[in-house]
Amino acid sequence: MSVTKYESQIREPLVNGTKTYSQVTKDIVHTIEVKPTRLWYIGFYISAALLMFGAYSVYREVTYGIGQWNVNRTIGWGWDITNFVWWVGIGHAGTLISAILLLFRQGWRTGVNRAAEAMTIFAVMCAGQFPIFHMGRVWMAFFTLPYPNTRGPLWPNFNSPLLWDVFAISTYFTVSLLFWYSGLLPDLATVRDRAKTKLRKHLYGVASFGWSGSTKHWQRHESLSLVLAGLSTPLVLSVHTIVSFDFATSVVPGWHTTIFPPYFVAGAIFSGFAMVQTLMLILRKVMNLQDYITLGHIEAMNKVIVLTGSIVGCAYLTELFMAWYSQNPYEQDIFFKYRIAGAYGWSYWLMMTCNVISPQLFWFTKLRRNVLFTFIMSIVVNIGMWFERFVIIVSSLYRDYLPSSWSIYYRPSIWEVGFYLGTFGLFFTCFFLFSKYFPVIAIAEIKYVLKGTGESFKNDMDVLEQKEVDEFVDEIYHGHAEGEVKVAHH
Amino acid sequence: MAQKKFVVGCFEDEKVLFPAVAKVRKEGYKFHDIYTPFPVHGLDHAMGLRETSIHTAGFLYGMIGTTTAVTFMTWVFTKDWPVNVGGKPNFALPAWIPITFELTVLFAAVGMVLTFCYICQLAPFVKKHVFHPRATDDFFVMVIECGEKTNEQELTDLLKSVGAQEVNTQVAEEGWWIGRYDQEQSLYNEPNIA
Repeated sequence: MSVTKYESQIREPLVNGTKTYSQVTKDIVHTIEVKPTRLWYIGFYISAALLMFGAYSVYREVTYGIGQWNVNRTIGWGWDITNFVWWVGIGHAGTLISAILLLFRQGWRTGVNRAAEAMTIFAVMCAGQFPIFHMGRVWMAFFTLPYPNTRGPLWPNFNSPLLWDVFAISTYFTVSLLFWYSGLLPDLATVRDRAKTKLRKHLYGVASFGWSGSTKHWQRHESLSLVLAGLSTPLVLSVHTIVSFDFATSVVPGWHTTIFPPYFVAGAIFSGFAMVQTLMLILRKVMNLQDYITLGHIEAMNKVIVLTGSIVGCAYLTELFMAWYSQNPYEQDIFFKYRIAGAYGWSYWLMMTCNVISPQLFWFTKLRRNVLFTFIMSIVVNIGMWFERFVIIVSSLYRDYLPSSWSIYYRPSIWEVGFYLGTFGLFFTCFFLFSKYFPVIAIAEIKYVLKGTGESFKNDMDVLEQKEVDEFVDEIYHGHAEGEVKVAHH
Repeated sequence: MAQKKFVVGCFEDEKVLFPAVAKVRKEGYKFHDIYTPFPVHGLDHAMGLRETSIHTAGFLYGMIGTTTAVTFMTWVFTKDWPVNVGGKPNFALPAWIPITFELTVLFAAVGMVLTFCYICQLAPFVKKHVFHPRATDDFFVMVIECGEKTNEQELTDLLKSVGAQEVNTQVAEEGWWIGRYDQEQSLYNEPNIA
């Protein structure tokens, strides 16, 4: 077979070096099989302490009421809903990586999808706390569910965006969890079959559902992943769209705009990828996974950040333009008197700097491939995105139609901040446990792409190209009696 | 439960595996299964397995979700508890799109995963016979069921000759959970390899 040897100048290898299958297993499963490092313990205890403080803050709020936070009749949403939107936004990157990039056949997703999906699940768990405890009488949270009750039965209002949120967030959490865990099954089985101790074998045996690696099961598994990806793609777009409806369907100046859904979705992907960067850069360093999460992966994610950052910047400018163009005095006042200027003007400019100006530096290849710079930027972006939600909520609420309900200065109480810190505790406690007890990289998926990338691909390129031709011919001749050509999965 | 005998051949390379599969099928042996550490594309066709139709099940579950959402909200707002909100219509279909969409996705995803677990017989506490512990690491493990007429020695020699690294004979119990092997796995096309 004579295929012209051509080495791609654009596509970087997904996995560095020449590795065998068992080496991949060893590299990734290693951390599960040894005692965690001192650094892990320190991080875990700090997170657990934050979680405790958060739990106490929540206890204060549940016992004494929302007055424990400094929210008032004018600024009713304050930090709480800011944090909610922020966490939900972060929770968008995982499913984007695992679903949308799967459909777009982006090979580099395999290195980061597992940890990003875990991040999504933990972020959504954190996000869910805020609206639930904002209800005040949290023990009645189940009133939002449409169950046959003794009050009529009295049903929730299905026309309300706040109820749409209940459905959107809970569906998103469930589907992400199923997607993540069904992908985990084969890798947990790998850990099970390598286990040296009885307890580990038993626990991973239970967790892996008795996965065997049967060809038929793999065939179904691939079909399942593909359909779940297809379902998650519109789902992930719908979730932040619905979150933005909480604002957009109101009549509050600065919120009542049709640009909100696309603008929120872009912002969510923007902040989500920043959080993925923060976690991945630590993970690859601490767990020695530089060969699997390569500079190519980091650069690819930085490209997504600069794209979505620019979309967000465009949305900010559009909002300002529309406020002027609408000639609506309330809109104009909110944007030009109280947002870019006024008591909270500083937060607007902080948001603009962090979200619009600084990500533009990622147009430079050198900076995109600089680990330290990326790490700093990932945190800057998330600070900016937090302030975006703060600006939207507080600067629109503190000036209303009625001057009598104006509230000059809102600052959070320690328990409001504590609740936020507590969700950091929850998020990182979960993430530390995940990184210790679960394979942080999708082992089977890495093995699947291993021979088609990097050094091992170069070594037997002829054979692999021939195999691709064979597979294509096979697809045409088998199982498709109607004569349709089906594109292979992945 | 019935005990069955299997001849197990382990391969280290998928380049060796594919010709081996063709050869074994040509000789007329019946695969029990091939266990692989990752999805090997084309192997299902090489073995003669038919396509899965789990995605059709997903579509049906999704339709059930859509129907449930629309009929339930219609019943609540037009029959059970109609509320006059500024004269707006009770049958407010556009406002129900978000919840209808979410329930469609929820039903499809949950239904598909449950179906997947059921037909693959996967559940917590299910234990299956592991033919080779490296089947989830780096071995492609071909398992062939021995019938009454099967000559074990001949089969072992055949597997060795097509490149198996390790060949052994194992006795395992038939049926793990609901008393059957995966039925679809016994469905083989006639070997049509030249």
